[in-house]
Amino acid sequence: MTEFSTWDILCNLLLATRWTILLSLATFLFGGIVGLILLFMRTGKRRALRRFAWDYVELFQGTPLLMQLFIVFFGLSLVGLNVPPWLAAGLALTLWTSAFLSEIWRGCVEAIAKGQWEASSSLGMGYFQQMRWVVLPQAFKIAIPPTVGFSVQIVKGTAVTSIIGFVELSKAGTIVTNATFQPFVVYGFVALIYFALCFPLSMSSQFLERKLNVAHRNH
Amino acid sequence: MSLIEITEVKKRFGDNEVLKGINIDVAAAEVIAFIGKSGSGKSTLLRCINGLETIDEGSITVAGAQLLPDEIHLKALRLKVGMIFQQFNLFPHLTAGRNVMLSQMVVKKVTEKDAEAMARNMLDRVGLGHKFDAYQEELSGGQQQRVAIARALAMQPMALLCDEITSALDPELVNEVLAVVKELAKEGMTLLMVTHEMRFAREVCSRVVFMHQGRVHEIGPPEEVFANPKTPELNQFLGVTEH
Ligand SMILES: Nc1ncnc2c1ncn2[C@@H]1O[C@H](COP(=O)(O)OP(=O)(O)OP(=O)(O)O)[C@@H](O)[C@H]1O
Ligand SMILES: [Mg+2]
Repeated sequence: MTEFSTWDILCNLLLATRWTILLSLATFLFGGIVGLILLFMRTGKRRALRRFAWDYVELFQGTPLLMQLFIVFFGLSLVGLNVPPWLAAGLALTLWTSAFLSEIWRGCVEAIAKGQWEASSSLGMGYFQQMRWVVLPQAFKIAIPPTVGFSVQIVKGTAVTSIIGFVELSKAGTIVTNATFQPFVVYGFVALIYFALCFPLSMSSQFLERKLNVAHRNH
Repeated sequence: MSLIEITEVKKRFGDNEVLKGINIDVAAAEVIAFIGKSGSGKSTLLRCINGLETIDEGSITVAGAQLLPDEIHLKALRLKVGMIFQQFNLFPHLTAGRNVMLSQMVVKKVTEKDAEAMARNMLDRVGLGHKFDAYQEELSGGQQQRVAIARALAMQPMALLCDEITSALDPELVNEVLAVVKELAKEGMTLLMVTHEMRFAREVCSRVVFMHQGRVHEIGPPEEVFANPKTPELNQFLGVTEH
């Protein structure tokens, strides 16, 4: 049996970290896009769309991410679609993320004074114009800190995808442990790497919150 | 022909009938003051005319076109009728100038250059040409309200609805806003205003509408309404507000 140096362990973990980062970024991007569409549905005038988006959010917020992942992964293979783990992982995380982001953003949109909607209505703007030019620019500011904060949840959420065999940081940890029999060292590193990814995000979320608060008062 | 025809308009919020059959015809260039107790339905009526509330019965036509609650009709209506609110409702993320430019560009698809020229023009008109680049925090309440007026004027409406536009202002700032409105009235703008400024109503308005419990209780030229109230309700209202 070959000996693994600490350096080997770390190298293997760092290589897998690339996938954690990539999956997080893709999830954030696509989850953000779907979340934005859901936001428009939920704050719009069409009752059926509002209802749909509301149910969607309740569904994905009310069930564990792990179950969603299983359902996507095994559900798709059940209907004959054999998707690779990375795709199932990305899809499940995207759906999950979009529900949470649209909920966060809805709160921000609803924080905008009713008078802003009325004034822009009275000037002849339609719903999309109001959102684009009046509401979202104001909601954007208050949305940044909680959105960045949620990105921490995404990074940690990617760990769940190890269970369907996607080799990201956590899965790599398991594999390396099986080869080295040094679980404490390996998972210690894994935790440190997650922390190194998440800490800057949560710090910047707090920083942005403070900064935007101050800017809001002085602006 | 009347510019605005309000016929048998009824509006309910749940079981609460707030407007109980309103009939008013407004000729072009008329200035009408709406007075009445709190809860008598003044704001609701103005909001119905602008389509911010949908009416349950009756009809409202503006320049011959009936107000219907779909997007296209609403937009057409709002191009004809502007509204000014008690709370100004400027867009806080935009400068005064951009506030006035935005809806021209977005709704009317005016070019940026033309919109800016119009905005400067309208801000001049309300005496704020020098505040083009100011954000709302840098403006007094009176100035903010004048920007709101300029913003509505830039859409070149046929009529303006003003709902207690001086009520949120410190007393010393009321007159600068009323002066602008007076100027508009002189230039022939059709104005429907809810106001507590009785002196202003007396001086500027062609007619005064006294609303009571969701109905037009008295209507007439200010001399008549103020000097000779026909109903005890108006008498009492005037007694309460003028002492
Ligand atoms: N969105 C709403 N939902 C339910 N009831 C409403 C709503 N808007 C107004 N009302 C009710 O309608 C009635 C008339 O209100 P309105 O605001 O038109 O009165 P007003 O004459 O403008 O009074 P004020 O002088 O206080 O502004 C009130 O009883 C009010 O409670
Ligand atoms: Mg009112």
